[in-house]
Amino acid sequence: MASKVLVLVGTKKGTFIAESDAARRNWALRGPFCETWPINHVMADPSSGIIYAGGGNEWFGPAVWNSEDLGATWTHSSEGLAYEAGAEPIKAVWSLAERDGVLYAGVQPAGLFRSEDKGKTWQHLDGLQKHPSRPHWNAGGAGLILHSLVLHPEDKGQIWVGISAAGVFHTADGGQTWEPRNKGTRADFFPEGQNYPEFGQCVHCLVMAPGEPDTLYQQNHCGMYRSSDGGRSWQSIESGLPSSFGFPAATHPRDPSTLYLVPLNGDSAGRYVPDAKAAVWRTRDGGSTWQDLRAGLPQENAFFGVLRQAMATDRMEPAGVYFGSGGGTLFASADEGENWRTIAEHLPAISSVETLVVDA
Amino acid sequence: MDGLAPPGHNRPPRTVLVRLPGVLVDLFPGAPRRLEVQASSVKEMVDALDSFWPGMRDRICDSTPAVRRHINIFIDGERARLETRLSPGSEVFVLTAISGG
Repeated sequence: MASKVLVLVGTKKGTFIAESDAARRNWALRGPFCETWPINHVMADPSSGIIYAGGGNEWFGPAVWNSEDLGATWTHSSEGLAYEAGAEPIKAVWSLAERDGVLYAGVQPAGLFRSEDKGKTWQHLDGLQKHPSRPHWNAGGAGLILHSLVLHPEDKGQIWVGISAAGVFHTADGGQTWEPRNKGTRADFFPEGQNYPEFGQCVHCLVMAPGEPDTLYQQNHCGMYRSSDGGRSWQSIESGLPSSFGFPAATHPRDPSTLYLVPLNGDSAGRYVPDAKAAVWRTRDGGSTWQDLRAGLPQENAFFGVLRQAMATDRMEPAGVYFGSGGGTLFASADEGENWRTIAEHLPAISSVETLVVDA
Repeated sequence: MDGLAPPGHNRPPRTVLVRLPGVLVDLFPGAPRRLEVQASSVKEMVDALDSFWPGMRDRICDSTPAVRRHINIFIDGERARLETRLSPGSEVFVLTAISGG
């Protein structure tokens, strides 16, 4: 059946949706939606087609927006999306994920909530707040945010989260109890000799390989890593990359050994693409080797970065790859990263990119 | 006017006039910019608004609970808090602060 592809874009000033047929050559842009709120993450539940957008507004606080008609109309709610009275209030929603009708939201200050009614009401999973390490968590540059939310595809108890800058944590009981899973990942910003702590690492993005729930990848502030045991241990896969620093990571929809990154030139060098030349870096072998993909991307005077949730793939054949820049340009490849084109520009700073394939 | 509760404060709430910012009512289809509610404190006023348009409390107040940092509520030219008492006929302005970029 013919399909259409939606690229869901969260920006500093609202949600946008780019839409194309299966060829993914010609794109139409809609938006801004969500009343131009700062939106950190827009994603869709592929089974229901519902689009969710999470963010936070300086005036009105955090909310999750919901559209059941592919973006034409939206409602919002934050009922129950709150810590107890007296605690620091939630500033924004940072990440969303859905499994079997349950929607999860990661928030700032870092915490996790779940909803069983499509985001209308929320319940706090307070296990993270009770973790003994919680008083020692430090905020990253964007605040103390729970930005990566990875759900086990079959085991409903298992969730991995990435918190800046507390590291990766895992629960096997649906969020009641958690353990840090950071062994082997560096924290270069700690004193010499203390660079491999149990927690406190600055994870930037955590993703799961398709079909292999124990295979995880993480782009960290300090390196690029792969785990083959559900995050219990991590191995560096940064050899061959132009930089160990970057934000997003995106998996292939079917191949667990294929991963896409956008390395940046370093945490204190402007955080641009290296040499002001844009490239997506791809591995086909789980991080042993890397290839730079540049065809169609700007190769001079490109002084942009790409944020942690601003890259995604689609489930088409061949897979599409998409990323959005801090400068508001949305790039797309319809052939697994070989060739690129600009499909939208002059948008507000792009926070997130996700895809939804629907029957036309 | 952040005063003490007047004598006889248990009597039925009073009518106050509320003015809401456009950017707030845009989030709640059908909500007017100006309306009358029965309330004897700012908190009661917010509760009344939330009963008409569920979720409006969360936009005006955080979970502290307090009026959100970038929302200002003015009564007779004075900034108010949730505990601030309202007099019959008070005109309450809910305003968005200068914020953002």
